[in-house]
Amino acid sequence: MAQGFPLPRNCPFAPPPEYERLREEAPLVGAELPGGRVWLVTRHAEAQQVLSDPRISTDPATPGHPMSALSAKPPSAEEREAGARFRAGQFIDMDPPEHDVHRRMLIPEFSVRRVREMRPDIQHVTDRLIDDMLEQGSSADLVEAFGLAVPSMVICRLLGVPYSEHDFFQSRTRRMVGAAGRSQRDAMAAAMEIWDYLDGLVTEAGRNPGDDLIGRLVTTRQATGELSHDALVGMTFLLLLAGHETTANMISLGVLTLLRHPARLAELRAAPDGWAPAVEELLRYHSIVDWVAFDRVATEDMEIGGQNVRRGEGIFVLGASANRDPRAFERPDELDLRRGARNHVAFGYGVHQCLGQNLARAELEIAYRTLFERIPGLRVVGDDDELPFKYDGVIFGLHALPVAW
Amino acid sequence: MRIIADRLRCVGAGQCSLVLPEIFDSDDEGLVVVIGEVTEADADGLRHAVRICPVGALSLRPDSSPAPGTPQAAGR
Ligand code: HEM
Ligand code: SF4
Repeated sequence: MAQGFPLPRNCPFAPPPEYERLREEAPLVGAELPGGRVWLVTRHAEAQQVLSDPRISTDPATPGHPMSALSAKPPSAEEREAGARFRAGQFIDMDPPEHDVHRRMLIPEFSVRRVREMRPDIQHVTDRLIDDMLEQGSSADLVEAFGLAVPSMVICRLLGVPYSEHDFFQSRTRRMVGAAGRSQRDAMAAAMEIWDYLDGLVTEAGRNPGDDLIGRLVTTRQATGELSHDALVGMTFLLLLAGHETTANMISLGVLTLLRHPARLAELRAAPDGWAPAVEELLRYHSIVDWVAFDRVATEDMEIGGQNVRRGEGIFVLGASANRDPRAFERPDELDLRRGARNHVAFGYGVHQCLGQNLARAELEIAYRTLFERIPGLRVVGDDDELPFKYDGVIFGLHALPVAW
Repeated sequence: MRIIADRLRCVGAGQCSLVLPEIFDSDDEGLVVVIGEVTEADADGLRHAVRICPVGALSLRPDSSPAPGTPQAAGR
């Protein structure tokens, strides 16, 4: 019988338990979804191959794209309308050459060098959030007070959202990433409000461009006609969407994981050089995005991992399985903070590999290091089985993380 | 040995400059540039960089191979 999908996680520190069996069975496994059949890619080598093969498309408009197979119902008129509205500038859903045109405009904003220049600012934001936590008492929800707040503040400053409007922006982004108990409809309404807000910000930058990402794109790309107003709004919206919940979830999950390994945390405190490889390992170990961003479809008949894949067949790459593949990582289920392996696919592979990865690395490193430096007595309130993990979400993480010090 | 960095393929992920900052950097466009001399001592690091580049923009060639046209070549 073909495999059902998606498969749920049942442990916060491991991928869905069936992945191991599927990975040993074959590099590509067929799965039966409500709306049709798709391929699941289980191993590291084939994951990299699929993610970098130019004959494989990520465009939702390509016939056979697997996202539509997740649900038996075709999308409602309302969903289609929202989808069309949010399409402009979403280069994560485009194939080359259209994809590359958009991405290249943003590459200089996220280079290793530029991110190095942003570090003092990220440090400043982080320190201020910790000041607030300390001022407000001896306990907090780390997701709300810190995990979501760090990437939100960083992205506001990058885009050029005025300080006085950070609160508006943050409350909408929180609703959009769906805190526990909030509806899909509310998340959609918040997304619309953010889109409209960014639309206004881009219009304002047209009159009075600032020295920020939006200001620079308006003067160098929109003014020259290379980029439409809507595409520019869409690109900034994508940055927010792609960089917010991902980073927030990694901050809170990483803090929890480090607190559960006190001996290794002590080593990191003693030797801060260890933070960079530790961040890399936490990304691999948690693989929070797993398959959701790896929706692909073959545009030609081809062979992958000994399997014939036909044109129009949908593919999901199981990132969390590839990152635990013993063919690519020794003792893959062990958290080895000194491993320093950079060949994981937590940021993807191929032309869509995360544009913000160096910013994310800097945010995680600064967030973890500063939090444990400044609040040495930090502890989690509650056992792992009492914490609200996002077993229901598409990106894995925590809805809340009660901490005290 | 020489390292070839194909700027037409590079997507600016910067993986190479994280592995070998003495050899790879990014320019104002955010794309890869080879800034350092390549020696035999870097062979392992270079092979690692070639493997983790997400788009196959880096390649190692023996000294004797002819220098290509468009991509930027550096090293001895
Ligand atoms: C820990 C945090 C993060 C994780 C785990 C993550 C993960 C990913 C993954 C797996 C992809 C590949 C999607 C695909 O193959 O289709 C991706 C793409 C992307 N990410 Fe991230 N990301 C993170 C943080 C960020 C940040 C901070 C930003 C920017 C502010 C960002 C912006 C983007 C963009 C724009 C893309 C699309 C790139 C393209 O299609 O060329 N991400 N991310
Ligand atoms: S690793 Fe590859 S894509 Fe990334 S900067 Fe270097 S050459 Fe470009």
